[in-house]
Amino acid sequence: MPNVMLRNNAAGQLVFYVTKKDHEETVVALEHAGPGAWGGEMELADGSRFYLEPFDQPPKLPLTVRVKRL
Amino acid sequence: MTMNRQETEQLIQEVLEVYPEATGKQRAKHLMANDPSLEKSNKCIVANKKALPGVMTARGCAYAGAKGVVWGPVKDVLNISHGPVGCGQFSRAGRRNYVTGYSGVNVFNDINFTSDFQEKDVVFGGDKKLAKIISELDTLFPLAKGVTIQSECPIGLIGDDIEAVAKKSAKEIGKVVVPVRCEGFRGVSQSLGHHVANDSLRDWVLHGRDDDPSFESTPYDVAITGDYNIGGDAWSSRILLEEMGLRVIAQWSGDGSIPEMQTTRHAKLNLLHCYRSMNYISRHMEEKYGMPWMEYNFFGPTKIAESLRKIAAFFDSTIQENAERVIAKYQPIMDAIIAKYRPRLEGKRVMLFVGGLRPRHVIGAYEDLGMEVIGAGYEFAHNDDYDRTFKELQDGALIYDDATSFELESFVERLKPDLIGSGIKEKYVFHKMGIPFRQMHSWDYSGPYHGYDGFAIFARDMDMTINNPCWQKLKAPWQRAGAEIIQAAA
Repeated sequence: MPNVMLRNNAAGQLVFYVTKKDHEETVVALEHAGPGAWGGEMELADGSRFYLEPFDQPPKLPLTVRVKRL
Repeated sequence: MTMNRQETEQLIQEVLEVYPEATGKQRAKHLMANDPSLEKSNKCIVANKKALPGVMTARGCAYAGAKGVVWGPVKDVLNISHGPVGCGQFSRAGRRNYVTGYSGVNVFNDINFTSDFQEKDVVFGGDKKLAKIISELDTLFPLAKGVTIQSECPIGLIGDDIEAVAKKSAKEIGKVVVPVRCEGFRGVSQSLGHHVANDSLRDWVLHGRDDDPSFESTPYDVAITGDYNIGGDAWSSRILLEEMGLRVIAQWSGDGSIPEMQTTRHAKLNLLHCYRSMNYISRHMEEKYGMPWMEYNFFGPTKIAESLRKIAAFFDSTIQENAERVIAKYQPIMDAIIAKYRPRLEGKRVMLFVGGLRPRHVIGAYEDLGMEVIGAGYEFAHNDDYDRTFKELQDGALIYDDATSFELESFVERLKPDLIGSGIKEKYVFHKMGIPFRQMHSWDYSGPYHGYDGFAIFARDMDMTINNPCWQKLKAPWQRAGAEIIQAAA
């Protein structure tokens, strides 16, 4: 369950950042991106996948969340 | 002679041959030939790993990163080096972080405060002594805005509770007291010290004025982050931003102060120069206060113009016009400097081995002078630094992470650069090898190098180092070839 910071980069892509590891990757796929639910399974550019407990509304970014490695 | 990727890989293999097999295998992961098309470094280079036993590297400790780099330049705090006396004394004022003010009155970063641990403090604990020091310091230096406790190794080993002392003393003296858990044995290099110091700023300082509405902000407020004012670097950066019509409300941490840090949240943009040492706090401020951050590069006219435009693009058209005006104002001056020095420096080859941002940031400045960087490496970078380096460096250039003294010397022997930029530990070795050298951590007692004013000094320094007549005098006259002697006599 790494602690990660989600933020949008200058190009508007969602970026996944693990502070402890200095690991920064763009999110290529997010299960629920629309209004109503935001989160779920996400896939990073390096192929790894994580699960984020979905929010009801798209949250204000940047935001530090805990995610589950899949 | 520029090497292509294959030749560089070949060179790496040859240099690694002397190591025992296991060591060679480990070290091979830290060395590579540059490929500017790479986006991510984690597949091709290993960084931020413990140095191997038996080799000599140029790394520092967590205390060096926290006290020396991040906290040291803050002018209005009393940095107590908590532990034995040496760490504080040998890191005092060596980095030349310039400040304004009066030493001992409202500026304290040139004084060594230490708890001078003795055996009995190790046996019985140093918390009482620490509390006493803090209240004594408050009496002696009433204008200080805070106290930081920079732990040295023994504090972590004996398990002193400096956080408790900090909380109690903060109440007693009514000022910020920051415990910094930067014991030297933590982590693999000074890089962890930067992180620890950033976290201490986040937890103990940053929110200090969150419910104080008295600060009047303007739409043009910015903060300079990750500039330690070495030789006046932050000042020569700041004037450019001010000429553009922006207002610099905080400097982190060169010539910075606690009140500035606490009002930073009013800035509209966080300008991040040293990504390695301050990205942590910038990311935190973005999350907490919604303050965007942007990396910039103020080395050399090309990169400065690029950065000024990038910064201006964040603001309205007035600032953008001002930025163009500033660039137009300085460009002729820079052209004159390049016209003067470029003929003397054209084609010279440089190898760099420095810390957090310089191996990539100064490449533009060297290229402005017609020089090429053939090798670059970091002492303590992480993979995200290498992500940012590939694009800046030419194809096939040698990259070395946490190079050992043996590797660095072998690379230099083989590549024969015209200039090396590295630290004081390497300086005299390369002087004796007869190679011009600049100490690029604190600009070899010169500077500033940031900004347009800094570039003028940078160009002059590089010229006077490379073209210094002393390099021709290293061979005794009787060892020189006959033709050379006749030439010298003529």
